[in-house]
Amino acid sequence: MSILVDKSTRVIVQGLTGREGTFHAKACAEYGTQIVGGVTPGKGGTSHEGWPVFNSVLEAVDQTGADTSLILVPPPYAADAIMEAADAELELIVCITEGIPTLDMVRAWEFLQNRRSRLIGPNCPGIISPGHCKIGIMPGRIHKQGPIGIVSRSGTLTYEAVYQLTMRGIGQSTAIGIGGDPIIGTNFVDALELFNRDPHTEAVVMIGEIGGNAEETAAEYVKMHMRKPVIGFIAGQTAPPGRRMGHAGAIISGGKGTAAEKITAMEAAGIRVAKSPAVIGETVQAALGVKV
Amino acid sequence: MKIHEYQAKGILRKYGVAVPRGEMAQSREEAEAAAKNLFGSGAAGVVVKAQIHAGGRGKGGGVKIAKSVEEVGEIAGKMLGMKLVTHQTGPEGRVVRRLLIEETLPIEKELYLGILVDRAEAKPVFMASAAGGMDIEQVAAENPDAILKQYIDPGMGLEPFQARKIAFQLGLKLRQINPAVQFLSGLYRAFLDTDSSLVEINPFISCGDGHLFALDAKINFDDNALFRHPDLRELRDITEEDPLEVEASKYSLNYIKLDGNVGCMVNGAGLAMATMDIIKHAGGMPANFLDVGGGANADQVTHAFEILLSDRNVKAVLINIFGGILRVDTLATGVVEAARKTQIQLPIVLRLEGTNVEQGREILRQSGLNFIVADTMKDAAEKVVAAAGAA
Repeated sequence: MSILVDKSTRVIVQGLTGREGTFHAKACAEYGTQIVGGVTPGKGGTSHEGWPVFNSVLEAVDQTGADTSLILVPPPYAADAIMEAADAELELIVCITEGIPTLDMVRAWEFLQNRRSRLIGPNCPGIISPGHCKIGIMPGRIHKQGPIGIVSRSGTLTYEAVYQLTMRGIGQSTAIGIGGDPIIGTNFVDALELFNRDPHTEAVVMIGEIGGNAEETAAEYVKMHMRKPVIGFIAGQTAPPGRRMGHAGAIISGGKGTAAEKITAMEAAGIRVAKSPAVIGETVQAALGVKV
Repeated sequence: MKIHEYQAKGILRKYGVAVPRGEMAQSREEAEAAAKNLFGSGAAGVVVKAQIHAGGRGKGGGVKIAKSVEEVGEIAGKMLGMKLVTHQTGPEGRVVRRLLIEETLPIEKELYLGILVDRAEAKPVFMASAAGGMDIEQVAAENPDAILKQYIDPGMGLEPFQARKIAFQLGLKLRQINPAVQFLSGLYRAFLDTDSSLVEINPFISCGDGHLFALDAKINFDDNALFRHPDLRELRDITEEDPLEVEASKYSLNYIKLDGNVGCMVNGAGLAMATMDIIKHAGGMPANFLDVGGGANADQVTHAFEILLSDRNVKAVLINIFGGILRVDTLATGVVEAARKTQIQLPIVLRLEGTNVEQGREILRQSGLNFIVADTMKDAAEKVVAAAGAA
């Protein structure tokens, strides 16, 4: 089954009337997700592609009973959109937007601390529970229902991992892209905890990249608490130090955050690390084989 | 975005942060005029500092002290146009085009101050150390206890007691505490107002007479926030950047030049890094990192191709696209157009997957161009490395 989202999840789209918002709201709805409305300040009271549009998240929640928001608004307004969704007490906020200023996210993160909402992202593909619900921009049809949980800092690399699994007939319980920014809501440890508790997840694939020390912290959690096999991969083994590799968070600074350090920490925690991105599927299959 | 030391000091001055008196010079004449002003108003000595976007300038011969206007002129004459090699520039070094002509100060103590955003805490953090003037990364590695960290509550800002705590821990004298609080507050306001990702003062000096100065200053801006700082965007010095990277940034492409001979074009940062990794696994070396992004159009793909090919080291190209938002047929159209336009002779290996992949493959087939098609990432990497080796 899944973590965080399922067929009963009711989703509003902040930024529904924009180009990206429209395109992805439709793709999510086609996948079977319950999209119940949108928010675009100033366009409240109108309808867009058959969905009601509201001026505020609060109003949208009041009228539609939504419990989740998908945010597809441009970077200058995205942190504000996150805070508005948290203020309306949504359970889950999925922010896709790439390029949010870091200090905006510092404020939004602070705002979320004493509120009930969980944030996924920003700068991420979103979350999908194959066969049930897709809240994000990932191509739905490469996924397959099954027992593998996936958590990743990357977008297209996650698709690659999912595709390798699906091609081998191995399905996924839920795939979460946690995002490539330095400051994100849900982190590796949060996702691993959820998968650890989920009776339908048998193993977890964790895809990290250079920069920061989130993978090391996650490895520590796996060592102490994880009861299921974890398979890992770290992108950026050949990345030069001091350069930001596309993602704002993917940078080796001060000799810290290298792929080698992360792989060492993960292997020490019993995580099977795929040496090459081409063998992620193979490594999962081997891990499942051992377990059975 | 990186800026020069003299620009950083200009910003700090506006926030009441004490910096030595000085002027930027782009010629020997300007350097001499600046030195004349400084000596004329009581400077004991003048330092000539090469302005490049890299650290370690002193060791590389980019910082020199002079006792007279003539000497400043002589040093400036030699320094302008020279290739400065430091541990941060790589062996190719950087050409010095600008100098900072500055008064020297009677240094008593060299300290360190830095502000950045701590990822795990999601808060700005002040880092301070009494071991200034040294490579702070080395201090962090060898003696982490020598670095004091003060997290700042973003809603509250830097409180005076926090600034005092830093000042006392740095071992400043009683009469320096209030000026230090001023200095630190100014620094923090500059950090916030400019949306910096890093503000670093190394060394932060205490003079014999008790005065505090930012003897050096480094400020990096958060690229994502530059849209709201048109004045800061003006400070960009593109001569400090790789010309191909500058070209790529015009089309919102993420390109980083590397030393290998296998050019690669990928969508998504994670997959792009993974593609570089697998090229190395297959025994090759990537010539670049190039992320065309999730929503690239045919035009961007064409530009990406041109940028990729203008690196003379590239002997073969690997295109690895997992189409989610970016549709594979869009990409294929762009690749065919670009291949025709650039009359490319190099082998191109394509590995395409995702939305509209069949249409994409059809476009490639019908182009009549000689592409090498691969099924998986591994297959693609092996084919492109073989092709680069044969070329």
